[in-house]
Amino acid sequence: MAQPLVKKDDDRDDEAEYSPFLGIEKGAVLQEARVFNDPQLDPRRCSQVITKLLYLLNQGETFTKIEATEVFFAVTKLFQSRDIGLRRMVYLMIKELSPSADEVIIVTSSLMKDMTSKTDMYRANAIRVLCRITDGTLLTQIERYLKQAIVDKNPVVASAALVSGIHLLETTPEIVKRWSNEVQEAVQSRAALVQFHALALLHQIRQNDRLAVSKLVTSLTRGTVRSPLAQCLLIRYTTQVIREAATTQTGDRPFYDFLESCLRHKAEMVIFEAARAITELNGVTNRELTPAITVLQLFLSSSKPVLRFAAVRTLNKVAMTHPMAVTNCNIDMESLISDQNRSIATLAITTLLKTGNESSVDRLMKQITNFMSDIADEFKIVVVEAIRSLCLKFPLKYRSLMNFLSNILREEGGFEYKKAIVDSIVILIRDIPDAKENGLLHLCEFIEDCEFTYLSTQILHFLGTEGPKTSDPSKYIRYIYNRVHLENATVRAAAVSTLAKFGAMVDALKPRVFVLLRRCLYDGDDEVRDRATLYLNTVGSDGEVIETDKVVKDFLFGSLDIPLANIETSLKNYEPAEQPFDINSVPKEVKTQPLAEKKAPGKKPAGLGAPPSGPPSTVDAYEKLLSSIPEFSDFGKLFKSSAPVELTEAETEYAVNVVKHIFDRHVVFQYNCTNTIPEQLLENVTVIVDASEAEEFAEVASKPLRSLPYDSPGQIFGAFEKPEGVPAVGKFSNMLRFIVKEVDPTTGDVEDDGVEDEYQLEDLEVVAADYVMKVGVSNFRNAWESIGPDFERVDEYGLGPRESLAEAVSAVISLLGMQPCEGTEVVANNSRSHTCLLSGVFIGNVKVLVRLQFGIDGPKEVAMKLAVRSEDDNVSDMIHEIVASG
Amino acid sequence: MDTCPSIKNILLLDSEGKRVAVKYYSNDWPTNSAKEAFEKAVFTKTQKTNARTEAEIAMLEGNVIVYKFVQDLHFFVTGGEDENELILATVLQGFFDAVGLLLRGNVDKKEALENLDLILLCLDEIVDGGYATCYSFILLINFDC
Repeated sequence: MAQPLVKKDDDRDDEAEYSPFLGIEKGAVLQEARVFNDPQLDPRRCSQVITKLLYLLNQGETFTKIEATEVFFAVTKLFQSRDIGLRRMVYLMIKELSPSADEVIIVTSSLMKDMTSKTDMYRANAIRVLCRITDGTLLTQIERYLKQAIVDKNPVVASAALVSGIHLLETTPEIVKRWSNEVQEAVQSRAALVQFHALALLHQIRQNDRLAVSKLVTSLTRGTVRSPLAQCLLIRYTTQVIREAATTQTGDRPFYDFLESCLRHKAEMVIFEAARAITELNGVTNRELTPAITVLQLFLSSSKPVLRFAAVRTLNKVAMTHPMAVTNCNIDMESLISDQNRSIATLAITTLLKTGNESSVDRLMKQITNFMSDIADEFKIVVVEAIRSLCLKFPLKYRSLMNFLSNILREEGGFEYKKAIVDSIVILIRDIPDAKENGLLHLCEFIEDCEFTYLSTQILHFLGTEGPKTSDPSKYIRYIYNRVHLENATVRAAAVSTLAKFGAMVDALKPRVFVLLRRCLYDGDDEVRDRATLYLNTVGSDGEVIETDKVVKDFLFGSLDIPLANIETSLKNYEPAEQPFDINSVPKEVKTQPLAEKKAPGKKPAGLGAPPSGPPSTVDAYEKLLSSIPEFSDFGKLFKSSAPVELTEAETEYAVNVVKHIFDRHVVFQYNCTNTIPEQLLENVTVIVDASEAEEFAEVASKPLRSLPYDSPGQIFGAFEKPEGVPAVGKFSNMLRFIVKEVDPTTGDVEDDGVEDEYQLEDLEVVAADYVMKVGVSNFRNAWESIGPDFERVDEYGLGPRESLAEAVSAVISLLGMQPCEGTEVVANNSRSHTCLLSGVFIGNVKVLVRLQFGIDGPKEVAMKLAVRSEDDNVSDMIHEIVASG
Repeated sequence: MDTCPSIKNILLLDSEGKRVAVKYYSNDWPTNSAKEAFEKAVFTKTQKTNARTEAEIAMLEGNVIVYKFVQDLHFFVTGGEDENELILATVLQGFFDAVGLLLRGNVDKKEALENLDLILLCLDEIVDGGYATCYSFILLINFDC
């Protein structure tokens, strides 16, 4: 600010590697810092020493507490000097050292003096330093000066005060909020910078007050904002207001005209901000989009890479939801494929792949082939994913796209890239039946020369599942058996399993496969030999052409029906004992995914690889708890435990929630109670349950709580009998009854006499969804076909007006309480129809699969077609009943 | 999206990727080794590109990075994934121009190190805490020099 430091002489020798900091050493510099204590200060020398100290800090050197304190005290001496350059370095040094509260006092008076100085540069910098190191108490002392500074006629001082205000708002909001009037005045400043900072601060002060923000936006969009940065801020605030207003109003979108007018601003920064804001509007229409797309299209041919990148990145996002709106830019986009900047080229390619139509696919693929060889793996993965979704969109084009994938599969590349390609081929094989044989052969060729054990084993496993179902399974045998000769033990073992699968599934191949398997008995590795022996003995029939027993097939190759994560935890918990490990003791419930999953909505499910692992199950914990209570020990195996349901409002005297445990013939309610009053002790706590609205239930046992002290949760149980295997539903009203005793919170003494009291809890319902367990399937189509149409029930339902398709889908999912499969719970933005696949197990261990097809029409009326397949027609009907009554 | 534009860091590296001066405004890289690893990744990724006439742009670890090279100095400005790229480019240009003025047109590593005090003051004033961007880069040009 003010004047720059005197620039140093350039009369040193021009050595190539010369650096003023060559051989610099912390200890020596700290010694040098003693010059700060000289009675006759040499400002230039002091400046140099501070620069050295800052250099050390900047290079990652750290000072010990003692060193920092010493330097700090020495630096404070430098306030005596009147040299402006030195003073600036002193300010910087103090900020870097971030002194502790008791040290701050030393410099406070010097800084406060500077804050009221006549020199603008002193005022501005002193404000910044003081606000950075100060605490609340000091702030009240200097508040008056800060308010003055905000409206200071020097823009640097005003900006310094405003920015400091933004920082202080985090620690001491109550003080900064008192400055509203001054900040409001600063918003009108003629200086661009002041206006920008004032607007930022004003918005932060008011951000929780919707009405105030709306007023601010309304007044400013009419006036003139000079600073482009401030204009960008205003655009962001405006979109916020639009977002919040959209839910309450209909008709013309408010402020759209303002955004549109910003597209004609003279600063590119503002134009882009407005264009991006328009594309991100909720439910944006094509008419609203057009002007924004037009300016972005102009940016595509700019000479500045940053502009091209910004534009293509935004258009890429638009293409996901409004591909048609972007097609106008396709010609400009195609010329970007050869852009020097590979990020721009990749974004252009993937945009084109999204907007392309069936006829342009072939031409596009030709261009991409040239492009693929000179980009990095991370970009290639993006391209592969885009091609996969293109192929799913135009299944007829699978041949050229599959060829492309197999070509790039043969080229050099790292693991992640190869995995992305293999995953894509697997998904195409699964979803496009015509592509199956072709794709399987490509995968076979790939494992002939694959350096990644993980991919080889995954492909072998996939071949074992899909290969036997093709028209000529025998042609895969050669590829598989080659693995037994040429690979490491892990791959050999996987190949043996795959061979056995062919033998078991294709009766005609059995004799030949047996010959091969017998050779594997001489393998050098235990696992390979063991597998071969197991299969030879179980698939059986001595290799004759006889159908393999279904039980054997199920045992060897059937799916486990148990989430792998659950079996993993169960195995970890299993302690070697006389009792063998019981697979039936593993909980089947799929745990809800942790929130981290939300980060990637709409992501395609991976083709290969294990299902995502859930957090450790709490079912174990519940089961242990319940089996430890003698009254419930003969209820049998726990079928399902619900998530806790709150029975009290938040922040009431007693917090109670309930977990519903479902058994075959019983239901157990576990009331988790917490006493939130320190002055009370509750004794003999019971829950009085009125089951008059739940006719099929009869109370059989209850377990009260002897005492419930402050803030230590306790459990009360109530058990009900119900007809076996029937999903009985009903409503229960609950009353907490207890004896209150006064407690002196300071001493902890309890009074002897108590008073009986009651506390009404909210009602509790047992619903049909409580009898359905979330159990996922790895391949829905296979599972759907293997259950067969015997007990299929199909019907259509009108769901009435809904807020959105996504809302309707999630409502039905939670109503049924089933596990969504293959990521179908995610509804693409703005889509008019959606198919959702659910799976679960009904009480009595009946597997249920559900296919939901949703459609939405103009006035948000949602219709749904529900198809259920299960192993029991009663259960299929039951699912329909749940939907019909829900 | 954060409503206030924010800068995560400004880096000035030499032609081997070593630090000349850096300033971090966000806590995404809490330790010095995390910072150094990020600088190395940025440098390697951008090394082969030609950013001498126009500012270039790249994405790395969920950040947008705009950069420009002159002589043996590499200038970088990092912002969040959703940041307006043109605002980042403006900050970069501001920093770049300011350094050019402070070093009186002799922009290279040797001059930068000899006038490191000026560069550090410049970094301090361009962005204040990453929160309010461009604290005074306009000032540096209009006011300071």
